Amino acid sequence: MNVGTWRMGRGTNTLAFVLAAPAVVVFGAFWLLPMARLAVFAAGGQLGWAAYLAVVTHPRYLESLISTVVLSAAVTAATLAIGGIAGVFLSRHRFPGHGLLVGMLTLPMAFPGVVVGFLVILLAGRQGLIGLLAQALGAGKLVFAYSMTGLFLGYLYFSIPRVLLTIMAAAEKLDPALEEAARSLGASPRQILQDVLIPGLKPALISAGALCFATSMGAFGTAFTLATRISVLPMTIYTEFTLFADMAIAAAMSLVLGAVTWLVLALARNATGAGVAAAA
Amino acid sequence: MTMRQNLLFWLLLAFTVATCAFLIVPIGLSLLAGVSANWQLGPSGGLTLRWIEEVWSLYSGTVVRSLVLAVACLIADLLLGVPLAYVLARHPSRRARAIEELIMLPVAVPGLATALALIILYGGWHQFRGSSSFILVGHVLFTLPFMVRSVLAVLASIDVKTLEEGAASLGAGPWRRLATVVLPNAKPGILAGSLMVVTLSVGEFNMTWMLHTPLTQTLPVGLADAYASMRLEIASAYTVVFLLMIVPLLILMQLAAPSAVSGTAARGGK
Repeated sequence: MNVGTWRMGRGTNTLAFVLAAPAVVVFGAFWLLPMARLAVFAAGGQLGWAAYLAVVTHPRYLESLISTVVLSAAVTAATLAIGGIAGVFLSRHRFPGHGLLVGMLTLPMAFPGVVVGFLVILLAGRQGLIGLLAQALGAGKLVFAYSMTGLFLGYLYFSIPRVLLTIMAAAEKLDPALEEAARSLGASPRQILQDVLIPGLKPALISAGALCFATSMGAFGTAFTLATRISVLPMTIYTEFTLFADMAIAAAMSLVLGAVTWLVLALARNATGAGVAAAA
Repeated sequence: MTMRQNLLFWLLLAFTVATCAFLIVPIGLSLLAGVSANWQLGPSGGLTLRWIEEVWSLYSGTVVRSLVLAVACLIADLLLGVPLAYVLARHPSRRARAIEELIMLPVAVPGLATALALIILYGGWHQFRGSSSFILVGHVLFTLPFMVRSVLAVLASIDVKTLEEGAASLGAGPWRRLATVVLPNAKPGILAGSLMVVTLSVGEFNMTWMLHTPLTQTLPVGLADAYASMRLEIASAYTVVFLLMIVPLLILMQLAAPSAVSGTAARGGK
């Protein structure tokens, strides 16, 4: 060991402590502590600790939970299919306008849910493009922005860019020679898909799917803008908090929802060994 | 290419273009509606900047507040996140991984839960609750992991430890090494992280909706308000103002971040 390493060994631990401390203190004071308080607070209502079970024992909350899970699962399946097809295609072919197409497909990645909700209204709302076109064609008013279909479209909208990026990155790393070999051995496109592409992309599909599902479960802005009658769980929590002022229930349900989304991401990460992060 | 492969290519291209249209057409609609005198009449009703002007007179405060918040959030993330990322990169250990996981939680858990927790613990402190710093805290919690991960990915890929040992053997002290070795090398990660942080802060709604007061409305909060209560043209014009702010950031991110993005993926693969 030379002098330099020896000298680094001494000051570095104090330095590390000094540099890491501010972030750790802020995180502790403004996230860990409030979340711990929230966990205790949730049990302080009429139901006590049973508040944590209310989401499965209370029919209205259970219904909300089920529709949220079904919606999120449907969105995840559809996004994986769309993002998978477009992602593999874009990673395997180069053509004029390729970069522009990828740029446009990933552009809405950081659009907030509220804006996505409004874009769905412009597409399928009372004065939306689809409705106006249908009317012009004499098909009557076609409005579905404020229904389950509208929510589905909105969630699809904010999910596609992120899933597409993940699949593209994975497909770039998958050796095209594998597909070539399968093709030259007489495999049909369907067999190539089944036996080469899907197994090769499995880790990416799992992590992108988990991210998409977790984001959909926790999404609030889109449902808020569309103001649908279908209460997705985040909307139910919000209504409980503001309208019925049952804060303990709202706190308990938000913690359960948080635990579920975290768990989905953690399971996916364990299954794939890849870093997964949600951004709602 | 065989005929069949050729056909498949065109089918897939059409599918991809249709997907792209689904994402881009609504943006085009909002641009059009924001400058249409009357949306119901379509472009034939004439074009106007009236709605944009109206949005500015009604909501310019929210635009300014969102920009100030984003800059404050960025400064906080730089001061908290960059040093933390350096420590995590320099001392990889179980504890470092646990810290990295922990600070990720406000992103993995829906913003609603974090906002409720903040309100319940600190809501009684009225001066804090009623100020923009209450929102700032939420934004910092939500964006910090992106800064940390972005810097961490770059530092991990350049083997900062060896570089530092080299500098130390030449007699550079810890602060000098930070300034002349670590920070210049971390620059691409800091840049990519900064763009991400500003973009996320400007667009954050889920937490902000719970944390704001009528006096501390941000741009997305104002948007939600306009979507619920204003005519479609004004809501569209306001959306256009928002897009004008956020789309350049997103394009910059696409231009600047590919290395950092793939870096994150590579690091996560370990």
